[in-house]
Amino acid sequence: MKFKLVAMSLMVAGLAGLPAWAAGDSVSITGSTTVLPVAQKAAEVFMKKNPQVNVTVAGTGSGDGIKAIIDRTCDIGNSSRQMKDKEQALAKEKGVDVKEFTVALDCIVPVVNPVNPVKDLSMAQLKEIYTGKIKNWKEVGGEDKPVVVVSRDSSSGTFEVWNEMVLKKERVRPDAQLQASNGAVAQAVAGNKYAIGYVGIGYLNPKVKALTVGGVMASPETARNKTYPVARGLYMYTCGEPQGQTKAYLDFVLSPEGQKLAQGEGFVPVK
Amino acid sequence: MGPAALSEPNRLHGSKTRREKWIQRFFLAAGGFSVLAMLLIVVFLFKEGIWLFATVSIPDFLFGQAWYPTYEPADFGIAPLIVGSLVVTAVSSLIAVPLGVAVALYLAEVATHRVREWMKPAVELLASLPSVVLGFVGMVVLAPLMQEWLDIPSGLNILNASLMLAIMAIPTITSISEDALHAVPRELKEASLALGATRWETLTRVLLPGALSGIGTAVILGMSRAMGETMVVLMVAGGAAQIPSSIFDSVRPLPATIAAEMGETPFGSEHYYALFAIGMVLFLITLGFNLVAAHISRRYQQKGASTL
Repeated sequence: MKFKLVAMSLMVAGLAGLPAWAAGDSVSITGSTTVLPVAQKAAEVFMKKNPQVNVTVAGTGSGDGIKAIIDRTCDIGNSSRQMKDKEQALAKEKGVDVKEFTVALDCIVPVVNPVNPVKDLSMAQLKEIYTGKIKNWKEVGGEDKPVVVVSRDSSSGTFEVWNEMVLKKERVRPDAQLQASNGAVAQAVAGNKYAIGYVGIGYLNPKVKALTVGGVMASPETARNKTYPVARGLYMYTCGEPQGQTKAYLDFVLSPEGQKLAQGEGFVPVK
Repeated sequence: MGPAALSEPNRLHGSKTRREKWIQRFFLAAGGFSVLAMLLIVVFLFKEGIWLFATVSIPDFLFGQAWYPTYEPADFGIAPLIVGSLVVTAVSSLIAVPLGVAVALYLAEVATHRVREWMKPAVELLASLPSVVLGFVGMVVLAPLMQEWLDIPSGLNILNASLMLAIMAIPTITSISEDALHAVPRELKEASLALGATRWETLTRVLLPGALSGIGTAVILGMSRAMGETMVVLMVAGGAAQIPSSIFDSVRPLPATIAAEMGETPFGSEHYYALFAIGMVLFLITLGFNLVAAHISRRYQQKGASTL
């Protein structure tokens, strides 16, 4: 029993020691699959500029990224949500001083066909359309035509935001058309007069019409000042103040060049 | 001359058999490799998929009406997905089988040499169309037109997907059926015509029954192609996990579900295992199709002219 305890504490100590040893010329990143494309893209360019540094990025999930930071098993933990109170308490308990960096914003915009006269929907109306309570456009001030609901496949990060913020985790109506990418949603809505869909702000194009939500038009500004309701931050967490190459990498992500890369992946830059 | 000269042809003979043995081994290895690859894929599929049944019962999985894999609590019912797959396959067969067989009859028996010369490559060219291109045509061209003409809520539906799948299946059905028609003994056709039968009678009562086993195989292989096709159904079937009530409803066939969701599913989660389990179901269905095709081609095989 005692032996087991010693062995375990040795293991924990070993794990805790890992990042310190690895901090030299490699940066390990893990967590949210939504943040993954930003982190990955930044890592590629960063490594091209600093060939001596090895940045590894893994996509596992937000919860996992935060857990990895609390357990000190990685240098940067990615998350598409802020740390929960419980996680913060756990970090404090383990003596980990977690630092948060907002690296980009994810802003989702409802879109309809340009011929659709509807211009604005409230959060409540969006929810009722997606859960199937509203089935006809005339109920929200449009023509007397059926609403064709286009959604994303339920494992995508875009759906996750929509599900959490708009649907409040209620189920999407089962006859909703599921498309596998932002581009496919835009295409489906562009080709259907009665359709409504949602895409990341980077995927808006002239063939679809962006709706305002509760009177607010999605834009980088409204996403940043939080007046637009369907937006969230993408976060990177570190254990204590970042140092060495971890700091260099984070500085790069937050630099104008890094932010441009995030924009290229369809996200809103923080500044 | 003497013993040395005598052994010469023997040695030659020996090296020839040795070479043939090596060639034989090479082909055995090639054949064995594809069988091995097949087995490994099946083992892998089942190894990953079977874990789902630790938490979800097989009847709940196969007959469950709700597919909500990422919710809490999650539902892993694939009945709407199975029905979606079967419906698009059936409707596309209804379109592709008559057309494909008719084209084969035309090419084999009716068309003049000059027409055949360009039409056969044209049909075969259809088979080389990448499915993503067909999907794109269905999505961008056919879907808005269909919605406009028929005034239906969405052009991404069973009919659209079935039309695109039919286009993919026609070349398969046509080329195998045509081979089967050519394999019908020539004397049968000549005898029929000599007895005073018209060309139509010869076609429908002699050639078609004679080639039935081949045509049956062609039809089943065409259907199995439609069943396993992923890109087209992902793009044009609409992707709604519901049991359809008309051919203008959207559906979400099995392969489309795997393709859409695999990329972002956490490794080792229930959802991940469920997608592999869907792969198992799909594999068993296409295996069934192939067994039926093999059975038909054996059972109804035309052996010379005597069995007609």
